[in-house]
Amino acid sequence: MKAALVISERDNVATALQPLDDGRVLDLGGVSVAVLEAIPSGHKVAIRAIAAGEPVIKYGSPIGTATADIAAGAHVHTHNVASGRGRGDLDEPAPAAEPRLAEPPDGT
Amino acid sequence: MTNDKRPGFLGYRRSDGRIGTRNHVLVVPTVICSAVVAERVAASAAPVATALPHLAGCGQLGPDMRVTHDTLAAYCAHPNVGAVLVIALGCEQVVAQMLAETAKRHGKPAEIIAIQSEGGTVRTTEKGTRIVQGLAERLASTERDWCDVSELVLCLKCGGSDYTSGLASNPALGRVTDRLVDLGGSAVLGEVAEIMGAEHLLAARATNPNAAAQLIQIIRRVESEARSLGLDIRGTQPSPGNIRGGLTTIEEKSLGATHKGGERAPLEEVVGYSAPIRHKGLTVMDTPGLDVEAVTGMVGGGAQVVVFTTGLGTPTGNPIAPVIKITGNARTARQMADNIDLDVSGIMAETETLDASADRLFDEVLAVASGRETAAERLGHREFAIHRRNPTI
Repeated sequence: MKAALVISERDNVATALQPLDDGRVLDLGGVSVAVLEAIPSGHKVAIRAIAAGEPVIKYGSPIGTATADIAAGAHVHTHNVASGRGRGDLDEPAPAAEPRLAEPPDGT
Repeated sequence: MTNDKRPGFLGYRRSDGRIGTRNHVLVVPTVICSAVVAERVAASAAPVATALPHLAGCGQLGPDMRVTHDTLAAYCAHPNVGAVLVIALGCEQVVAQMLAETAKRHGKPAEIIAIQSEGGTVRTTEKGTRIVQGLAERLASTERDWCDVSELVLCLKCGGSDYTSGLASNPALGRVTDRLVDLGGSAVLGEVAEIMGAEHLLAARATNPNAAAQLIQIIRRVESEARSLGLDIRGTQPSPGNIRGGLTTIEEKSLGATHKGGERAPLEEVVGYSAPIRHKGLTVMDTPGLDVEAVTGMVGGGAQVVVFTTGLGTPTGNPIAPVIKITGNARTARQMADNIDLDVSGIMAETETLDASADRLFDEVLAVASGRETAAERLGHREFAIHRRNPTI
């Protein structure tokens, strides 16, 4: 089994498929990332530096925004990622994304 | 199972043209006050007889009352039901006659008894038991017929999700959804909050602008509900167990969850809670994420089989529809073996491909549709809960 999985080439995180120890070096398809802290199985590790305010990308889509600078190899979870959705606790909640509506099949 | 190279299953052809995968005697309490009697009556002819114990049926305002009534009526009309006994109290809002009439309109024998007119719990239970045992005997001679796979309406559900859900069990189910829809079948996806963050992927597959617009509208409604309470939905979505399992935000959970709907199945319609699923292809139903309320609504809409993916494990079943449990988490497959029907953890261990797991799941769906007992059925899991939006008055 792979140690960690990157789902889409757009992703800036990998999912640990087993517990990863501090110092372990991950080989992710040619890119090597040194793990900076213990990552539990199923949790995410940054595969490149993510600056505060940048989107965190998994499955090729944004899953939230970094709330602090995240170094490559660091644990990425609720302590450093905020969701932009369903945030009634914020004064000015982020607007819902405007998804592209599909064209009707007959072009009308 | 295949016949003339088309996959299919052995189902019950009903006189209204619908196809069932089970043949239950349904014991329906109109109101919470008759729920215990209904459960005792159903137990006298279990597992053929099955009850719909619920907490509503009175003290409800307009729209909520309608959802309760329509959900109970949808179960009375459901093709997995062969006969109906309605157990009323006598002074409640839900009208017993309307439920029995719905069953009859769909060609099913239906009877009504009321606790107040029968003269109490003991007499109602005795009379109900005689009626239900008689109905069960009548149903015993019903035979299954070969039915094409396009007659299937599959309910897609996930619960107790962890990181394996988005990587293994949901994508395996998504492949089954695409294959079923390619063959002319139907699937329904609920849990609106768990589409939040992935709606762009589904909306892009809508075959008409209405479906896309309604999808966005119901997701905005869930967000505005969180806003009106001044709350962050994190902690509820994702749940504490989801977060321990590595899921950080609702967007991440939704992107994994929406894999259940496949990659190409066209989105045809967005429907209300327990409203009929009218189209082949993919339908989204406006249900909450709470497992039992979501499954209750989607089965009400007409799903005859439920596939329920889980990472952490969960026992949920349904009174009339078989619920197939599938996990991609090897530990859960071992630890909760009695609740799990299909282990696809080989996807994570790289000992089985996603396609091979999906093939096994597809075969399991057809076998269960033909009568194979699921773990939830074997264990007597028959959870049922009608979604409520308004306060009790």
